[in-house]
Amino acid sequence: MSAFIDPVETVSPPSLTRLEALRLAVIELGGAAVSALPTVAGEVAFELTAAALITVCQSLRDDPRCAFDTLIDIAGIDYLTYGTDEWSTHQATASGFGRGVVGRDGGLSTADAKVDALTADRRFAVTYHLLSVRLNQRIRLRVYCSAGEPPMVDSIVDIWPGANWFEREAFDLFGIFFRGHPDLRRILTDYGFIGHPFRKDFPLSGHVEVRYDAAKGRVIYEPVSIEPRILVPKVIRDDVRYAPALHGTPAVSKPNV
Amino acid sequence: MSEIRNFTLNFGPQHPAAHGVLRLILEMDGEVVQKADPHIGLLHRGTEKLAESKPFNQSIGYMDRLDYVSMMCNEHAYVMSIERLLGVAVPIRAQYIRVMFDEITRILNHLMWLGAHGIDIGAMTVFLYCFREREDLMDCYEAVSGARMHATYYRPGGVYRDLPTDMPKYQPSKFRTKKEIDRLNEARSGSLLDFIQDFTDRFPRCVDEYETLLTDNRIWKQRTVNIGIVTPERAKALSMTGPVLRGSGVLWDLRKHQPYEVYDQMDFDIPIGVNGDCYDRYLVRVEEMRQSNRIIRQCIEWLRKNPGPVMLDDHKIVPPRRVDMKGDMESLIHHFKLMTEGYSVPAGEVYAAVEAPKGEFGVWLVSDGANKPYRLKARAPGFAHLAAMDEMVRGHMLADVVAVIGTLDIVFGEIDR
Repeated sequence: MSAFIDPVETVSPPSLTRLEALRLAVIELGGAAVSALPTVAGEVAFELTAAALITVCQSLRDDPRCAFDTLIDIAGIDYLTYGTDEWSTHQATASGFGRGVVGRDGGLSTADAKVDALTADRRFAVTYHLLSVRLNQRIRLRVYCSAGEPPMVDSIVDIWPGANWFEREAFDLFGIFFRGHPDLRRILTDYGFIGHPFRKDFPLSGHVEVRYDAAKGRVIYEPVSIEPRILVPKVIRDDVRYAPALHGTPAVSKPNV
Repeated sequence: MSEIRNFTLNFGPQHPAAHGVLRLILEMDGEVVQKADPHIGLLHRGTEKLAESKPFNQSIGYMDRLDYVSMMCNEHAYVMSIERLLGVAVPIRAQYIRVMFDEITRILNHLMWLGAHGIDIGAMTVFLYCFREREDLMDCYEAVSGARMHATYYRPGGVYRDLPTDMPKYQPSKFRTKKEIDRLNEARSGSLLDFIQDFTDRFPRCVDEYETLLTDNRIWKQRTVNIGIVTPERAKALSMTGPVLRGSGVLWDLRKHQPYEVYDQMDFDIPIGVNGDCYDRYLVRVEEMRQSNRIIRQCIEWLRKNPGPVMLDDHKIVPPRRVDMKGDMESLIHHFKLMTEGYSVPAGEVYAAVEAPKGEFGVWLVSDGANKPYRLKARAPGFAHLAAMDEMVRGHMLADVVAVIGTLDIVFGEIDR
């Protein structure tokens, strides 16, 4: 039969001082390889250099102050269009009109600043969400993949076996190679699928569609007939009312710095 | 002597015990599984990519369709991530409503799981019993949102509307007598809260019925005890969460350990298993239904006493009321902007997780300050559980594969996304 534990015995949620202690511990463990990222209150996030991924993850799991025994998630991300909006009417009149996207930093759309920082080696990143069941704390790590095609990063399957499928998914959807992964196959897309659908340069409607061809008597693949279109354009507005102070960094996070 | 080799068996993708479109490639040595290779993705709809192309509010409905038997819990994680990034607080009444519906959803999910798991292993009756109670809970969904499954009820800033004061009633038809209709409508004569209260009065006895059928049933125990054992250390290493982790004896529940909304006000216990086998996971989930029932009753009591707003009064995020738009220019503009463009969420990233019935359902949301998410990653508990299946079924018989699939509570909507 199931045993019942009195709720009083449970570990309390992480307090601010404990988060600070965790931050200091990670900085001590990672040294120059880690740098803190802006987060909302109550979260801890770090950026790692790709070279230090394995050693830092190992110590995050084994160090008693961190004790990250569970890997919660691995997610790829493609920063190709980060901070660019989809308005094409900036210069509709001679003086131009901003569509109300004037930000708090003197009218400059923050988008322009972000795009400048985007370079090829900063396009793909992998994010790791770790959880310590023992100490009741979480951390998020971000690692940029190596430049060039395919983007590469080390696999952490040996540290957390649960990483296996999460890495396969990031490979499938973003084309990120995980060095040392035992079984890096596609997982979510169709057998024989070409391309990596979650990349920002992969169209939403895809490249091929399937239908049954009565003449041939089988299902055939052919180029999509859908015209790609934008239903609601993406627009970036910096509304000061909803800019909560991100911890210890400028209000606008620049992931590409 | 002829050479004996393992043979490969294809299981699914259309198999009643596969709980959806799971294709398993099993390497068998006689009837013993040597290796299982699940092929998933047959229900992949690219939800996360779709969400990147739409304003924030338009993706709430997609969340229902992830884990389509625990709809509101998925919505919850999504709206919570937006709220955290916006830095807005939800009215207290909306928080209680959310907690209540999270627990209704948990019962819905566990009933579905119990029925399907039972039928997989050969217990037909329990399926019928479970669906009888599910029907009532679906009616709660319908009363509050108009939809029996895909509710889109939670919104950033609260819930779509307050709990209704009357329940939809059965109408007379040539298939039902007046007496039958009156009996069916008896519980529906009051408000939604009355209806849920009536349900929570009845439900513990219903759980007793399921337990009578299963808990000491010899066949049930033969099929589940010592099947698919996971040690606590291994469960954590394999990214397991929720009842599967608790079944292995790890005391971990986000509702207790990292409480969100008003879970810290609730009085409930967390059941944990001892052996980490299919039977323990069954016991954990059954007890969770009883505990959810307790939480729902506490919510009802609070909600009866404390009327109030259920939605943020901030029309930069929340659309204004329809009547206000008739006479107020600003409300009309707010409505127009919210419906055509939506609100922009400040740049940054956030991870919000809820204790969904299957485990930790999390949403990692990245915004670049636009009116659409830049990247949305749904962390599905079933994905990690299914990944561990190979390890759990090795050395077991083919028939046990079905028991293990059942005990993991697989739903392909969330695994394939």
